[in-house]
Amino acid sequence: MSTTSTKLSVSDLDASYGDHQVLHSIDMDIPAKEVTALIGPSGCGKSTYLRCLNRMHELTTAATVNGTVQLDGADIYHDDIDPVLLRRHIGMVFQKPAPFPTWSIADNVLAGLKLTGGVPDNADEIVEKALKGAALWEEVKDKLDKPGTSLSGGQQQRLCIARAITVEPDVLLMDEPCSAIDPVATARVENLIHELGENYTIVVVTHNMQQAARISDKTAFLMMGELVEFDETSKLFSNPSKQETEDYITGKFG
Amino acid sequence: MDGASPDSRSQSNRRALSDIRGERASGLRERVIEGGLFACAAASVLTTLGIVVVLFMEAIPFFFDVSLLEFFGSTQWTPLYADANFGVWPLVGGTLLVTVIAISVALPFGLLAAIYLSEYASERARKIFKPMLEILAGVPTIVYGYFALVFVTPLLQQVIPGMGGFNALSPGIVMGIMIIPMISSLSEDALHAVPDRLRESSYALGINRIQTIWYVTLPAARSGIVAATTLAVSRAIGETMIVAIAAGQMANLTMDPRESVQTMTAYIVQLSTGDVPTGSLEYQTLFAVGALLFLMTFAMNVIGQWFARKVRNQ
Amino acid sequence: MMNKDQRIGGRIAEWGFRIVCLAAVIIPLLVLATLIVDVAIDGAQRLSWEFISSYPSRIPEQAGVLPALVGSLFVIALTGLLAIPIGVAAAVYLNEYGKNSWVANIIEINIANLAGVPSVVYGLLGLGLFVRFAGMGRSVLAAGCTLALLILPIVIMASREALRSVPGSLREASYGLGATKWETIRQVVLPMALPGILTGTILSISRAIGETAPLIVVGAVAYMTFLPDGLDSSFSVLPIQIYDWTTRPQPEFLINAAAGIVVLLSVMLLLNAAAILLRNKYQKRMY
Repeated sequence: MSTTSTKLSVSDLDASYGDHQVLHSIDMDIPAKEVTALIGPSGCGKSTYLRCLNRMHELTTAATVNGTVQLDGADIYHDDIDPVLLRRHIGMVFQKPAPFPTWSIADNVLAGLKLTGGVPDNADEIVEKALKGAALWEEVKDKLDKPGTSLSGGQQQRLCIARAITVEPDVLLMDEPCSAIDPVATARVENLIHELGENYTIVVVTHNMQQAARISDKTAFLMMGELVEFDETSKLFSNPSKQETEDYITGKFG
Repeated sequence: MDGASPDSRSQSNRRALSDIRGERASGLRERVIEGGLFACAAASVLTTLGIVVVLFMEAIPFFFDVSLLEFFGSTQWTPLYADANFGVWPLVGGTLLVTVIAISVALPFGLLAAIYLSEYASERARKIFKPMLEILAGVPTIVYGYFALVFVTPLLQQVIPGMGGFNALSPGIVMGIMIIPMISSLSEDALHAVPDRLRESSYALGINRIQTIWYVTLPAARSGIVAATTLAVSRAIGETMIVAIAAGQMANLTMDPRESVQTMTAYIVQLSTGDVPTGSLEYQTLFAVGALLFLMTFAMNVIGQWFARKVRNQ
Repeated sequence: MMNKDQRIGGRIAEWGFRIVCLAAVIIPLLVLATLIVDVAIDGAQRLSWEFISSYPSRIPEQAGVLPALVGSLFVIALTGLLAIPIGVAAAVYLNEYGKNSWVANIIEINIANLAGVPSVVYGLLGLGLFVRFAGMGRSVLAAGCTLALLILPIVIMASREALRSVPGSLREASYGLGATKWETIRQVVLPMALPGILTGTILSISRAIGETAPLIVVGAVAYMTFLPDGLDSSFSVLPIQIYDWTTRPQPEFLINAAAGIVVLLSVMLLLNAAAILLRNKYQKRMY
């Protein structure tokens, strides 16, 4: 399995909300089939950055983006690219688990297919496969018709991960996926992210440095909208090359 | 980990990004739907336009026959008599008299009720009283009209000498009760929005609760209270059935609440129940009076909304 | 040091004011109770199956509300059919598409102002636009269209409220899965907002059923000897029938009016109960 090829190539990326510029010319090559963590103090723009990678940022009022983001060499901000179709390639898992409240567990897994047109005949198969992929199958296989919101917070988050992989994306973006769930559930989701990294390109935003160290192959440190350092996780945490990075990971600020 | 790997998808329908170039996720359908939804939203603007056009198309010819000078200068309103007069003041006067009575009932009650709900009531009492008060605004006006005519007027006749069977006072009071929730609910929102730190800093100065409400909380909520009152005035001016039933049909320029008066709205009802030939001068008075009524309520609404927005933006 | 008399005086004033405020809540409610009891007592003398199933008559004891009741239901059904789809669609546009655009702002201010236009003015609009200009005559259709315009702002505001209560996170989740805006609205937002929309619209319809003035202007008939039999039929409605009876000189007709009011309030109560039941049922299904 290649670990050197680039999946997402970001160059000179700026992002703003109205007059307020949040990201300043970010350059970064995100490797395929690895877990890349984004860390930094709150308000540093890491969530905005993540949302630029599947063009969710532009859904916000007065939000603008400049620069290029290439997926497998093709610019996702090209005029010919429909952001809606793009998001089926680059899935997203949010901070707070958000299963659709009126839908059953199975329907939630199939949500991406149901929303965008139709559910194929082998729906049961797809549900089982995705739930196994999200390490949730054993817990829910007997209650697939129960509402998604009846699950615990951690289970709901894994359900949302299952929902995201059902549409077979190339890349999975995760915005602080463990910040709203308890420690035990966090451990399970962390394991899952680590496992999914074998087959998916994953970018995960976290405010928890230990978590970044546990689950990621590479880590990027952002501060005040700028990319300070991007390196192998082991290198960045043991021997950072920038003073700001060292100050941050040793807890001098942030 | 097996199964979910992108590589193991046997007959994957997933294509590379370059393949979706130029493709749109049902872009035309999306745009048609958005256009349809917009048309529905725009229909409300057309309604306003329709009101203005209809009222003024019929009212303008009226003013070819009856000068604005007579309309606003004369104090006689007898359009259905052989000796027709078109001075609108008796109708405006009747409307204002009833409105003043209604507001002098609704404002103190509504404001005190809002103070109770916001400053004194427990959460539970609030949850019970608030929807009960709202019922007052949900009862059809025809029911209030009946109540004013059959219950309140005879009651007032026993207390106040010279009270007519039709009068301004009874429908005014009943209308006031009907609009209490309009005043109380908007005022309560405004009182609720006053930050607790203002009250607390007042208590900290040793000022008691009543004085705090009077000198601190109410002034801080004044935009909301003004908005509530203005909108309630507009509502009272436009209210129709209570006055049509209980105030009588006599255009009468008077300040005596015991006398029968006719409001602008009651005149419209009176004329509509009779047989007035389309296009006649009498028919056109319907729209001339309607246009004046619309302008008056519209002005009050614009002012009221302006204050209400001020509250929301705080 | 505050002296004791002052302190007691202050406490009495405090309690006095509190009681005055409470009275401002209680007294209007007592008036409401009086109103209902008074109407019920008056109306009970006439209320019977015959009253509901009879046509109007010159003899008070034989008069009934059948054509008015049927007319009310007919007109209201039409009003709902027209106002609900347009109102919900408008609310969807304002809440999901037009956010913060200047057009949406204008529409919004306009809706707030429309809600304050006196209902009798809507009657004049209906008279000029539907009865005369569109040539509908004094018909069920003209009445339905007029009332639909009347409740449209209320339907829009209630539906907007319901749409606003759908958390943004669910919309984001749906977009994140590659759904388009409309797919998201149709499958995620609208189903969740449905209970609120239903309750709001039924309540606005129950409000329309008590409207009198606009239908007098549009030309409802007080003395109907047949049931409305089509969109172009002339019609009566309950409030018109009640109004007609309050204007008669014979006191017996006032009793009829009270009985008519009881029927009207019962219909409204039924509609409100239906709204609450529907909401509870759907809310349970929402888990």
